[in-house]
Amino acid sequence: MTRATGTGGAEVVLDGVEFAWPGGPPMRFDLSVPSGEILALMGPSGSGKSTLLSLIAGFETPSAGEIRIAGKDVSPLAPALRPVSMIFQENNLFAHLDVAANVGLGRSPSLRLSAEDRAEIGQALARVGLAGKEGRLPRELSGGERQRVALARVLVRDRPVLLLDEAFASLGPALRDDMLDLVGDLHASKGMTVIMVTHDPHDARRIASRTAIMEKGAIAEVATTEALFSGERSEALARYLGHGTSR
Amino acid sequence: MRHLPSPTITWGIAAFGFVALLAAGAFAGLLLEGAQDLPAALAGFDSYLLRVARFTLWQALLSTLISVGPALLVARALSSHPSFFGRRALLMLFAVPLALPALVAALGVLALLGRAGLFADAYRWFGGGQWPGIYGLSGILVAHAFFNLPLATRLCLNALDAIPADQWRLASQLGMGTAARWQLIEWPALRSALPGIAALVFMLCLGSFTIVLTLGGGPAATTLEVAIYQSLRFDFDPARALALTTLQLGLTALVLALLFRLGADLAGTANLSVSARRHARPGRLEAAFNTVVVLLAAALVAAPLAAVVAAGLRSDLARLATENTVRDAVATSLVLATLSAGLCVALTLSMVGARHRLAGARRRARPGFLERALDGGASLILVVPPIVIGAGWFILLRRTADVFALAPVMVVAVNAAMAIPFAMRAIRPAHDDAASRHDRLCAQLGIRGIDRWRLIDWPALKRPLATGFAFAMALSLGDLGVIALFGSDAFQTLPYLLLQRMGSYRTADAAGLALILALLCLALMLIAERLGGRRQ
Repeated sequence: MTRATGTGGAEVVLDGVEFAWPGGPPMRFDLSVPSGEILALMGPSGSGKSTLLSLIAGFETPSAGEIRIAGKDVSPLAPALRPVSMIFQENNLFAHLDVAANVGLGRSPSLRLSAEDRAEIGQALARVGLAGKEGRLPRELSGGERQRVALARVLVRDRPVLLLDEAFASLGPALRDDMLDLVGDLHASKGMTVIMVTHDPHDARRIASRTAIMEKGAIAEVATTEALFSGERSEALARYLGHGTSR
Repeated sequence: MRHLPSPTITWGIAAFGFVALLAAGAFAGLLLEGAQDLPAALAGFDSYLLRVARFTLWQALLSTLISVGPALLVARALSSHPSFFGRRALLMLFAVPLALPALVAALGVLALLGRAGLFADAYRWFGGGQWPGIYGLSGILVAHAFFNLPLATRLCLNALDAIPADQWRLASQLGMGTAARWQLIEWPALRSALPGIAALVFMLCLGSFTIVLTLGGGPAATTLEVAIYQSLRFDFDPARALALTTLQLGLTALVLALLFRLGADLAGTANLSVSARRHARPGRLEAAFNTVVVLLAAALVAAPLAAVVAAGLRSDLARLATENTVRDAVATSLVLATLSAGLCVALTLSMVGARHRLAGARRRARPGFLERALDGGASLILVVPPIVIGAGWFILLRRTADVFALAPVMVVAVNAAMAIPFAMRAIRPAHDDAASRHDRLCAQLGIRGIDRWRLIDWPALKRPLATGFAFAMALSLGDLGVIALFGSDAFQTLPYLLLQRMGSYRTADAAGLALILALLCLALMLIAERLGGRRQ
């Protein structure tokens, strides 16, 4: 496996990507995310937000269309070989492995780590504010700390694309802001492309430069977050938020 | 995830193929033999066979009635008294027969109610003269009740425990009496579970071999399974064995079809019941009645166990322990049971893994054939009693090989297959749960193959695997089905040796061996329970 040397981000393009869950309605995605952008994905449940991330990450296979990352079709690549890291809402950590091992798996899937690797793991943990907690087990950490471990692993994996699937949705408002700011910091220093699914407009406004609204298995609208929430025109957003005026 | 190569699925297919081959080989053996001498096989369907078939069904029916009927009362009593001193211990006592080899239970019944049993002494002491002993139908029924009454009780109790607590609150608010509660709440819950429970018990009694062999005591009380064994082992009449086997399979398949329709669970396990708190206390009369019912049921289970211990302790355990034959038999049993349990766990894990993978990759709403085969197909092995598989292979192999030399292989393979449904119960929930948490993460991080096993799966699954292993080992250790056919003086397991000592009227030896066997099996079950119960 060649390690992606992800300095900076990579452009993510979904070109006529089609997919359907067993017994579900057909979905079709067209989306282009420029390198280094933070894009928020919003929409009602079942609109296909998580599906879209799963397709990019390679957990699901499209029935038609092409997914290109940095100009290269990633369809034939297994999830581990794609230049992508993903953080889920839960289960980002192996419960029986300590923090250092959970982060270390981002460097070596067989957990054979060099001294250099270990040093980097320590740095990554310090970067997310978990210095000294290498030996803890996930159950000894708070929910926010667990997601910080996942972020540390993203740092040592160093891939140009980061997908956040409601990664902070189960945290309280203050903690969520802390985490979003941390993502913002990492983005500022690494410049990776970030696509984040969220159900809260506040999250989008905090760090996303653009926001896409999804409806019924398709992208209904993409605009700068500022324009979208300044209430100029989005009907899709109004439908999602459930009132005529913007917030 | 089409990118992932799937050795997982290949292994699953191989494991299922092994089980299928085991069953198919037995059928092939029987069919080949039957085809060679069709008239003889057809002549096998004679009046003797019909008599045996009739007795088989009759004893199964009676056993079901005397197990399930009282079980309703016992379960009701236990559920209306959700906490009393010894309730936990009682439920644990009810789990013991599950762990006990049928042979040990049969000996317990004999030690208690046999002609020279404990009861016979008391009977004489009270001036009743010579106690006739409990061979034949009555012995079979007592032993079957010993096994199935606790089983049926636990299943009924599960049904009662599933009644929402709100219904009990409502009942007490509306002031329902005992009769109304039975009619409106308890009976509806039991009625839906009852057909499945009865059919399960009926099928277990239909396929009962060891108990009928040891307690039947003659041609008047012979079931199809025992007749198969006798026709191969003593008369060497494969044509008759074929006729008997066909009938046995037909009957079990019929009952099993019924069972599946009723949605019963074939590998019912012992979980401790937690009954909802009741808001109305049973009246004094009802409480007294419940106490009597529970005490009687406890006596039924505890007495044979006590008899096993008492008779075992009276035997010359010290001499037995130093006897070479006994030591060899114990060693043989332990080795075979270990191998068989290992094989069982490997087969189960392969099938569980492949099923999960197929279910995850499924693009249709309905599972495909392979997925269903891996899911329920393995428990179909329960339809085919070990003695039938043994008989089929015995007939198939006897022309080409020395069947007695193949005994270890047969014992290991058949016992492993038989324990799969039980091992699956221990392993599958843990596996599927761990897999659903880990699959995406492992795919993302590229953790595969041996790394995945070493770092992720083994730590998460070692406990359930050990549970399944201990369970399978206990089942295999106590089994008499295959070894009864394939055993010889040169190749003896502990149950086989026990049967031989019984046959040569060395009753004290048999009692001692039974105690040893019972302790081994109980120790394993205890380990299985501990490992399974202490999940994080």
